[in-house]
Amino acid sequence: MEALKQELKENIIEQLNLEDMVVADIADDDMLFGDGLGLDSIDALELIVMLDKNYGIKLTDPKEGRAIFESINTMAAYISENRTK
Amino acid sequence: MKNVYINSVGSISAQKTYDNNEFLSEVVSYQEQILPVVDPNYKDYIPPAAARRMAKGIKMGVVASKIALQDAGLEEVDAIITGTGMGCLRDSEKFLSAILDNKEQYLTPTSFIQSTHNTVGGQIALELQCKGYNFTYVHSSVSFESAMMDAKLQLELDEAKNILIGGVDEIGEYTAGLHKIIGHIKPEAEDVLQVLQSKTKGAIYGEGANFFVLSNERNENSYGKIKSVSIFNTLSKSELNNEAEAFLSANGVSAEDIDVVVLGNNGDVEFDGYYETLANGLFQNTPQVCYKHLCGEFNTASSFGFWVTAKMLKNQALPEVLRFNDFPVKEIKQVLLYNQYRGENHSFTLVEQC
Amino acid sequence: MGKGVAITGMGIVSAIGNNVDENYQSLIAGKKGISRISKIDTIHKGDIMVGEIATTNQEFISQMGLSPENNYSRTALLGAVAAKQAVNSAGITDITKYKTGLISATSVGGMDMTEKYYYEYPTNTAVQKYIDGHHAGDSTQKIAEQLGILKGVVTTISTACSSAANAIMFGARLIKSGQLDRVVVGGADCLSMFTINGFKTLMILSDTYNTPFDEHRKGLNLGEAAAYLVLESDAVVKAENKPVLAYVKGYGNANDAFHQTASSENGDGATLAMEKALEVAGLEPKDIDYINAHGTATGNNDLSEGRAIIRVFGDAVPEFSSTKAYTGHTLAAAGAIEAVYSILALQHNTIFPNLNFKMPMEAFDIRPEVSLKSKELHTVMSNSFGFGGNCSTVIFSKEA
Repeated sequence: MEALKQELKENIIEQLNLEDMVVADIADDDMLFGDGLGLDSIDALELIVMLDKNYGIKLTDPKEGRAIFESINTMAAYISENRTK
Repeated sequence: MKNVYINSVGSISAQKTYDNNEFLSEVVSYQEQILPVVDPNYKDYIPPAAARRMAKGIKMGVVASKIALQDAGLEEVDAIITGTGMGCLRDSEKFLSAILDNKEQYLTPTSFIQSTHNTVGGQIALELQCKGYNFTYVHSSVSFESAMMDAKLQLELDEAKNILIGGVDEIGEYTAGLHKIIGHIKPEAEDVLQVLQSKTKGAIYGEGANFFVLSNERNENSYGKIKSVSIFNTLSKSELNNEAEAFLSANGVSAEDIDVVVLGNNGDVEFDGYYETLANGLFQNTPQVCYKHLCGEFNTASSFGFWVTAKMLKNQALPEVLRFNDFPVKEIKQVLLYNQYRGENHSFTLVEQC
Repeated sequence: MGKGVAITGMGIVSAIGNNVDENYQSLIAGKKGISRISKIDTIHKGDIMVGEIATTNQEFISQMGLSPENNYSRTALLGAVAAKQAVNSAGITDITKYKTGLISATSVGGMDMTEKYYYEYPTNTAVQKYIDGHHAGDSTQKIAEQLGILKGVVTTISTACSSAANAIMFGARLIKSGQLDRVVVGGADCLSMFTINGFKTLMILSDTYNTPFDEHRKGLNLGEAAAYLVLESDAVVKAENKPVLAYVKGYGNANDAFHQTASSENGDGATLAMEKALEVAGLEPKDIDYINAHGTATGNNDLSEGRAIIRVFGDAVPEFSSTKAYTGHTLAAAGAIEAVYSILALQHNTIFPNLNFKMPMEAFDIRPEVSLKSKELHTVMSNSFGFGGNCSTVIFSKEA
């Protein structure tokens, strides 16, 4: 699980061009959207593709993403439960 | 009808033009087929959260806009009108190659969103929180002049007081490669400062962003007054002198009144003949200025020519590197700009000291 | 303020017809042009639903008598066909008689050819002619050439899905200010793998027929189309004794300045655009008889637009409908397509139904007109909104 969290943080920083951030800047329970990292709806779409490409999880409705992408903790939990690759 | 003034400038180009205190005091020379820009420190102008999805064209456009607003001493404008020939080309290329390389799988939205032509105008509006009129013109070498025409119309009729206009284009590597194949870009790198004397076909390409605040109120910072701008989708060389004359006389001036003519020569032996027609015709006794050997050719390169004109008028100076002939220049009061690209989309712009 | 700009001709090609009459017949018959992709080479063929035009490029090329060496993109072909219809319908035989311009809108430009030959370009000289046809201005140059517009004001606007509305707006201002006597305005966009996949990444494509303003709307269907209007000055109308189809009475453009793609929840930009258009027209909200809404059927647009309509019209919202269920969302052409439909509505005193609507939205009480309705119409408002926060409204009227 810790490895997955580390991997998620690295991928998020790279995929979303969070240029000025390093892995240590993101806590496991930081809010990714809103007041936390400040991600927005376009980032959510990027994360949906990441789920599909890296973990074989397909979301069809972007609204489903809201709860899943709340924090690194929620993402990691969802992925380990639902991953197909 | 109100007068239309150029109240500020902001330029990012292959020269160090982002510093408004200077006017080509140092010239960067290149031996290239495609010129890069001299980058300002974008981070000084754009917060990291906003910058992370910005393509080069957006960054250049947003920063040139902010420089222009600073120069005008304004926090906001009534409208934003952008000209861009190709929009954010790099993101278009990125999204298209992702489609082709991944067989339409695992595509992400960011580069698609950035690929729309009005991204720069939209992002400037977001950065400035400007809810006013926002247009983007995308018509090859008259993209910038179309934006200027639109702004001028609104300012003359007092529909707006201050309008930000600009021209912005970025280089896309793959597309530039294609333009080499079809001979629009010169076959070999050339010393760009000598390119106007080139004997080969094609141009040295470039990129950049030049933004201006136009206003119907003159102030102590005003650079000049735009008297008229006219665009033509087609024009033959044989009509050129007559059309230039007609354009001037419609504005109550004659060729003798023009103190400097600013020509868009790019060193393409196939198409520079248009400029030569004027340079050896109506304006054979007029001081002539060229600028594309400093900024490269791109669809909105004429916005750099407009920047040169604004600076000349305000500083009453003509840097040697711009001069195309050596007629003496005294006072710079009336300037005519003429531009075209590959024989199409011609424009005349008349700018006056104010 | 208030005086309209005369519209003397119009032309259209869309998924519901290759000319104005065919479009009108489909509108009153409730006939949709939406089907699963059949013409574009994509993995989404037979899957994603779009509004395709049945006529092939080759058929358009032979119709227009173009040489086999031509480098027309489909955007240029659609645009030229519709613009020619518009000029013919305006009874123009000598386009050079008056100072004439062309303001055209596109978002796709020549992308259909670029995506087909992108990796082939370096090695296949036969297709290299399309490289220079990629940029957005190219289709406009070709349309101008087809119409015989020379030495004119010819330019292109690209503000995503509001582009053609902006072309109409700029054209009307060029006439009003006396810069031009006549101007052809409109837009063209063909379907492409690029836009289909682009909208797919945004997850706003419906997997079935689009259902504007429905509570359970699932997103938009893309479409391809082109439409153009001929605008003429009063002097030309008088000198030529021209019949006038309708007038461009008002227009407004504003930016939402909220987000790169999403509209603000309360439709600030849309509200401003409608208010400005009313002001330019010298009209009150109560003077608007029908609204041809942008109504793309995305969750975000219809909510934001509906709220903006309520902000402008209060509790007296006139009949409104979105015609995108017929044509799909034709992007940069949409404003011109819906201008033609607004003029048809005025001419026939008919409100076209908002197809596929079942369940009113919970967010507000207003609901679109769902059946073909006869009503004496004097003014029609048409909305077009796009990415980059671009919001545009044009008002068409029967009387100047």
